[in-house]
Amino acid sequence: MGRYVVRRLLQMVLVLFGASIILFVSLFVLPGDPIGTAAGERSRDPAVRAVLEKRYDLDKPLPVQYLHYVGRVVRGDFGESYRLRRPVSAYLRTRFGATARLALGAIVLEILIGMTAGVVAAVLRYSFWDVLVTLTTTLAIGVPTYVGGSILQGIFAQKFHIFPRQGGSGSWNLRYLFLPALTLASVDAALVARLMRGTMLESLRADYVRTAVAKGLSKRVVILKHVMRNSVIPVITYVGIAFGGLLGGALITETIFNWPGIGLALYTAISTQDNPVIIAVVTYGVGAFVIVNLIVDLTYAYLDPRIRLE
Amino acid sequence: MTDTPPLIDEAAPPKDAVPAAAFGIRGQTQFGDIRRRFFRNKLAVIGLTMVGLVFLLAVFAPLVAPDDPQAQNLSLTARPPSAAHWFGTDELGRDQLSRVIYGSRIAIVVGLASIVLALVLGVILGSIAGYRGGKADSVIMRTADAFFAFPLLIGAILIILVTGRGVVPVILSIGIFTWAVPARLLRSSILSVREAEYVEAARSLGASKWRIVTRHVLPNSLAPVLVYGMVSVGTAIVAETALSFLGVGVKPNVADWGNMISAGRAFFGFKDYLWEIPSLAVVFTVLGFVFVGDGLRDALDPRLR
Repeated sequence: MGRYVVRRLLQMVLVLFGASIILFVSLFVLPGDPIGTAAGERSRDPAVRAVLEKRYDLDKPLPVQYLHYVGRVVRGDFGESYRLRRPVSAYLRTRFGATARLALGAIVLEILIGMTAGVVAAVLRYSFWDVLVTLTTTLAIGVPTYVGGSILQGIFAQKFHIFPRQGGSGSWNLRYLFLPALTLASVDAALVARLMRGTMLESLRADYVRTAVAKGLSKRVVILKHVMRNSVIPVITYVGIAFGGLLGGALITETIFNWPGIGLALYTAISTQDNPVIIAVVTYGVGAFVIVNLIVDLTYAYLDPRIRLE
Repeated sequence: MTDTPPLIDEAAPPKDAVPAAAFGIRGQTQFGDIRRRFFRNKLAVIGLTMVGLVFLLAVFAPLVAPDDPQAQNLSLTARPPSAAHWFGTDELGRDQLSRVIYGSRIAIVVGLASIVLALVLGVILGSIAGYRGGKADSVIMRTADAFFAFPLLIGAILIILVTGRGVVPVILSIGIFTWAVPARLLRSSILSVREAEYVEAARSLGASKWRIVTRHVLPNSLAPVLVYGMVSVGTAIVAETALSFLGVGVKPNVADWGNMISAGRAFFGFKDYLWEIPSLAVVFTVLGFVFVGDGLRDALDPRLR
């Protein structure tokens, strides 16, 4: 296990290194004029240019620029937001809570809805409920988040006034949390349901299940203790990875529901061309995804001893 | 050794072979099998019809659309659906029906082009990684991991921030941040096919590497990649419209479903048809591709049902 952890850690460092190169290349090397963007008209003056190039490191060779950039990122220093004139990391820290709450809410819904639907569909295969689950999941996968969110707002907020349409301070107020969490969960819940149904059907055919039935265990015990326990591991993996993605901020859902998390910060930054914030959110999102992925893989290896750890 | 005739020549059947039809046996190719299974699946046929309809609209947009999608009429802004304007008019008095029809062009072009780009990159890199193995494999797969760590939208936004808005940047950005998945799929299915007996047979008959890869390995490992490609045309269309929705997609004045939804949401609650109609167009198209993709998966591998 120890060697596996070390190997995975090394792999993670490699991935982060690659991702940072992609980020660096797309932001600094491809054509574009950061000085022009920052200074506007004044950038035509060569003296101003020289000062700004020095300040933003642009006069150094690229490898040096890259090392400086990585050094700053590792220390969590993303510079100052153009728009707010305050450090980006402090600003994003105030946004993290809202994103984490939304992610947790969405994950809970994904597990509850997805697993229930998947189990029902597998146990009652080819029944009305199975067909219903298949249809609903296909629909959920086909409806983009921004459409799904708008529809939920239209029905539950505009028409029946059950939930507020948008806003909330990003706190644990469930009335505000429910609609965005459901929007965010819809696609993944559908995928969890499909995955659960598939793995359940596979385990239902397994020899140990036939044995369990043959020795006279009740259907409930067989399903809960034998089938589900062995089908749940891929689902856990999937949900874990999805959680890593969610922690990076839900760009569209937060924008639609005006939910003050990291995704909304990114949206605001895109529409105001606040590059330091954009870079910080992307870096953070990629980091969160990679780290959660590692944790999931390690848990997976721990849960299922059959996985070879070489 | 050099003048030994090949043991089996795949191209030419023995001269005295009797055509199967002579015995009243209908020739049955693998492709025919797949096609039969696909067309027996009702949902797949429905999906194909939906996709075909959108495709026709895109091709014949100038003939079908009642109006110029850019023609403004400022005395007739944001009107609800009527006999003159079936889908109403938008905030600049442009005919919504015509804009929805022309929007199908962007959706189809971006959806297909970006996925073709991703598949080409993925198939080339994935087959090198899977068949060569070793160093090439680790370099390619670690690169894929790095790209995989970027959510599609975020990666696409990065590229578009640099290149500016437009159809080509959207295609490139979606393609570049999608290739990693088909590359992985292809690599793992090549790994399982590579050791198959028929590949070993081809190798022992002296077939060249190129022939083995293109004739034996790829045809037998492409199925998951094709299914993925079909479903992800829908995903790419969603991404394209989402980018427009966020203000980093195609140019804002272009007749595009994402642009229309984005502009229409300003009228949420009182002129809902402005965002509902283009949303329906997106859902219709994406569902079409999902149905076709699911049907293709079941047809290619009936065991998966």
